[in-house]
Amino acid sequence: MSRASSWTALTAIMKRDLMVVMRRRSDILNPLLFILVVVSLFPLAVGPGPDILGRIAAGVIWVAALLSALLGSERLFREDYLDGTLEQLTLQPQALPLLSFGKIAVHWLLSGLPLVILAPLCALLLKLPLAGWGTLMATLLVGTPILSAITAIGAALTVSLGRGGALLSLLLLPLFIPLLIFASGAVEAALVGTAAWPQVLLLAGLSLLTLLLAPFAVAASIRVSVN
Amino acid sequence: MSTLLDVKQLASQRAGRTLFADLSFSLQAGAVLHIEGENGAGKSTLLRSLVGLVELQAGTIQFFPSEHGLAQEWRQHTLFMGHKSAVKAELTALENVALQAQLSGLTQVDAWQLLETVGLLGLEDLPAGQLSAGQQRRIALTRLWYSQAPLWILDEPFTALDTRGIDLLQQRFAQHIEAGGAIILTSHQALTWQPEQLQRLRIQGGEL
Repeated sequence: MSRASSWTALTAIMKRDLMVVMRRRSDILNPLLFILVVVSLFPLAVGPGPDILGRIAAGVIWVAALLSALLGSERLFREDYLDGTLEQLTLQPQALPLLSFGKIAVHWLLSGLPLVILAPLCALLLKLPLAGWGTLMATLLVGTPILSAITAIGAALTVSLGRGGALLSLLLLPLFIPLLIFASGAVEAALVGTAAWPQVLLLAGLSLLTLLLAPFAVAASIRVSVN
Repeated sequence: MSTLLDVKQLASQRAGRTLFADLSFSLQAGAVLHIEGENGAGKSTLLRSLVGLVELQAGTIQFFPSEHGLAQEWRQHTLFMGHKSAVKAELTALENVALQAQLSGLTQVDAWQLLETVGLLGLEDLPAGQLSAGQQRRIALTRLWYSQAPLWILDEPFTALDTRGIDLLQQRFAQHIEAGGAIILTSHQALTWQPEQLQRLRIQGGEL
């Protein structure tokens, strides 16, 4: 298959997914609003004192991010499965992992990137000291692609199961533990004044590795699901 | 005439029931294979296993020319359309047609021309979800007008189409056959068009 036609197909699938989601904006907005609501609940629950809030801020934001990633994940492949698009994608001459990568990339653009942009607002709500803001955004920037990629694997695996939502959460949340540890560790380090970049770089490496391998896992899962 | 497809001793089981066993046939360029059988006889399963969507229990499928042994290569030489039309309800007819073509790797496709061919001009700005089942089917069928694949595998292509749509589709089939292609299709309706080489294959379901 020529490189040009693979490129055309990749841009086509990304454009299509973007257009579809843009016409159903609630799919993007709901997870983001969910994060904002969860984050704003914490000052009410644990009290508005900056000492406690500031210390748990990064952890809270990251846990909220994980949960919101799961919130819309079922829909990642559901429509495509029901209307037969997945079936057609597996039959395209272009490599399925490439097309899967396109879907992951769009998912990140619409769920991960807005989260990075929203991070300062969340940090403000939780009184995260300014020293940690940059690191928080850096961890979100390099960490959210992992969220998108792994969620895509789970979504592709469970798409044919009808209501796989609860199963999906059980499958995926444990996989996010390393991400959570390093991300909150990085912010913690920034807050106490030591170097945060080792954790951020580690996350970046993990992110690249996941983005490299996940499309193949997604492709294999799609093949299983359409069978 | 050259052979396009050779199938030997295919067998399939679903949910413990044998759908078909020891099924062999071959398909020449310029031939139409009409697969018949009752509901649930295994027609769709047969078509889906031909393109690799369902795993085979037994048997071999060979596409010719056989240098196209690689999966990626023969995918370029077959076009499969199943029950589901793969049309996005949120996108307009025009966008659906254009993106479908681009997904197939085509850069230059006149989507307007395709819409006119299938008789959807004037509806191009409506979201496909608001169109009727037959109109959505027509959107999906535009693929047949630019496909380069010599072998078409179509599962119930006439579903939801009106008589004019069926005639239009059969005209396109005739062009394809004339150009040396081959078609495998399932349909509960008899073809009104009589191709020169029409093979029939009847699947008897329910053998326990």
